[in-house]
Amino acid sequence: MSNAVIRKTLISIAVAGAATLAQAEVVIGVAGPHTGAYAAFGEQLWKGAEQAAKDINAAGGIDGEMIKLVKADDACEPKQAVSVANRLVDSDDAIAVIGHFCSSSTQPASNIYAEAGVLMVTPASTNPTITDRGLPNVFRVCGRDDQQGQVAASYIVDTLKAKRVAIIHDKDTYGKGLADAMKLSLNNKGSTEVMYEGLTRGEKDFNALVTKIRSVNADVLYFGGLHSEAGPLVRQLREQGSKAIFMSGDGIVSDEFVTVAGGPQYVDGVMMTFGADPMSYPAGKSVVKEFQANGYEPEGYTLYSYTAMQVTAAALSHTNLDPIKAAEWLHANSVDTVMGKKSFDEKGDLTVSDYVMYEWNDKGKYIQQN
Amino acid sequence: MDIVLQQLVNGLTLGSVYGLIAIGYTMVYGIIGMINFAHGDVYMVSAYLTAISIALLTFFGVQSFPFIIFGALVFTIVITGAYGWVIERVAYRPLRNSSRLSVLISAIGMSLILQNYVQLSQGPNQQGVPTLLSGAFRFYVGDGFVQITYMKVMILLIAFTGMAVLTYIIQKTKLGRMCRATQQDRKMASILGIDTDKVISSVFVIGSAMAALAGVLVTLDYGAFDFYIGFIMGIKAFTAAVLGGIGSLPGAMLGGIILGLSESLFAGLVSSDYKDVFSFSLLVLILIIRPSGLLGKPAVEKV
Repeated sequence: MSNAVIRKTLISIAVAGAATLAQAEVVIGVAGPHTGAYAAFGEQLWKGAEQAAKDINAAGGIDGEMIKLVKADDACEPKQAVSVANRLVDSDDAIAVIGHFCSSSTQPASNIYAEAGVLMVTPASTNPTITDRGLPNVFRVCGRDDQQGQVAASYIVDTLKAKRVAIIHDKDTYGKGLADAMKLSLNNKGSTEVMYEGLTRGEKDFNALVTKIRSVNADVLYFGGLHSEAGPLVRQLREQGSKAIFMSGDGIVSDEFVTVAGGPQYVDGVMMTFGADPMSYPAGKSVVKEFQANGYEPEGYTLYSYTAMQVTAAALSHTNLDPIKAAEWLHANSVDTVMGKKSFDEKGDLTVSDYVMYEWNDKGKYIQQN
Repeated sequence: MDIVLQQLVNGLTLGSVYGLIAIGYTMVYGIIGMINFAHGDVYMVSAYLTAISIALLTFFGVQSFPFIIFGALVFTIVITGAYGWVIERVAYRPLRNSSRLSVLISAIGMSLILQNYVQLSQGPNQQGVPTLLSGAFRFYVGDGFVQITYMKVMILLIAFTGMAVLTYIIQKTKLGRMCRATQQDRKMASILGIDTDKVISSVFVIGSAMAALAGVLVTLDYGAFDFYIGFIMGIKAFTAAVLGGIGSLPGAMLGGIILGLSESLFAGLVSSDYKDVFSFSLLVLILIIRPSGLLGKPAVEKV
């Protein structure tokens, strides 16, 4: 083959490539903490959305247009969340966003999406204020912290029959919101906590706090926060000889919780509220197998992210890719997803939430309790 | 009673770690009058090196705990010391005769470089090391108990030994004499034949080695770290150095222990929400009464 022929071939390939690029694409942002201490959750969001986009594209995309995902990293920092939200809206021309993860990031970012008329479906932000503000474009495929707190409080009072409950939070939107929701439910059930305090996110030494928890003789320690603080906290609790039951919410649902706690022996017996096992849905099983075939264990929020993408794609395909109409459509219709049929109320919350109690075992896995 | 004692133990271990890191801030300030903002990140690097050394030692079949911790200490201190040397050589020495502000900016840049380098090369996730030494002493006091893990005892022993060795080096050896001479008057020291550049380099190596000592101990104790731990630790250690009198070696150790104790006691007896507010109010108060810190020398106006 002469040089000229090669050149011609290369040019034709390049032209063909440009032609496929020019074909219309649907840009969808995946926003979450892709770096930083909470990057494990960002990865769950990304893997879930990526797999869903791949499956939808393989089945012909949304109305024949391919989904193109854009990663947006908020590092779980509200300020950075605002700037990546602006970037998604202005320069990436995203018409929908899967995310964010941390409630403190989702809240300011959702205002920007509302102004720009972008559809936002968060797989994981559980703080009640996310949807309580009545933004028309905001949806979530997870539950709310007031529901989660209620499940935790009932379990503490009715099942564990514990009298002395200490509540600790990380002073962040999600952590404090969850702790407050659980405190409210606990108080409504006629029980009063023996301690209510905050710790500082990013620190690793909670020995002083642990000693104080010991001094109030707590039976149960309820923690509102994420795994990177929960790990050292539970470890130092055990190292100081306390046998109080450690309970937390969906912020610790990651394998990394075991790593930061210093091994499975420390997470043994930790209780956690989280949505019912997605594996229990028949549609979920095949997707889980698909993930596992690619060497990835779809833990925590992975399938929620997959679901969020399915919900977004369904809404967009029914409304000719108009995100504002898609939001209206979602308020009125339900979608079949890997986690069952999902429908939304007028605020954008799920009509049915399914929080249940899990317990971590000495192998570092979480098992659903009945 | 048992609770107060337990808080004293908590504060003392935390404070000795602050003290070890504060030494790096105070020595560098003493000798070239700059605040090395990258020091907290040097500590962070040492946490990763600890994990790497433990992985290497286990890979080569070293099982017994004393050997692992000895190996981890040697490996981490040597390489972190090298980091300190390189940082000074690359980021600070070229700016030796420029304004203080340029060096400060260079230090902040170095801090960002280290954070991002570790984040990119090691991944942004939380990292952990397995628990190597578990178990604890338990003392019964009244109707309660004080529980001190073996690891905490080791932190106290190694930290105080490290401080003692360093005090000996500075007070009794030739290197220490050169350090003190350079600190008092760099120009005069160099006229008298002291290679001050070399002395400054060795101060950076010593400071980094002390941070590495803290890094190994803390990593083994808490078992968890990420690329961002240097920030909070750096701020706390810097506070300790200022509290004790920046430039003063015993001041850094004393400042660290006071800061650790005040944090623990306040968090334990009053409220953990406001423990940082309390520590920093204490700092402000001490600086109002003694502007150069507890053990710092008052600045003499040169006429």
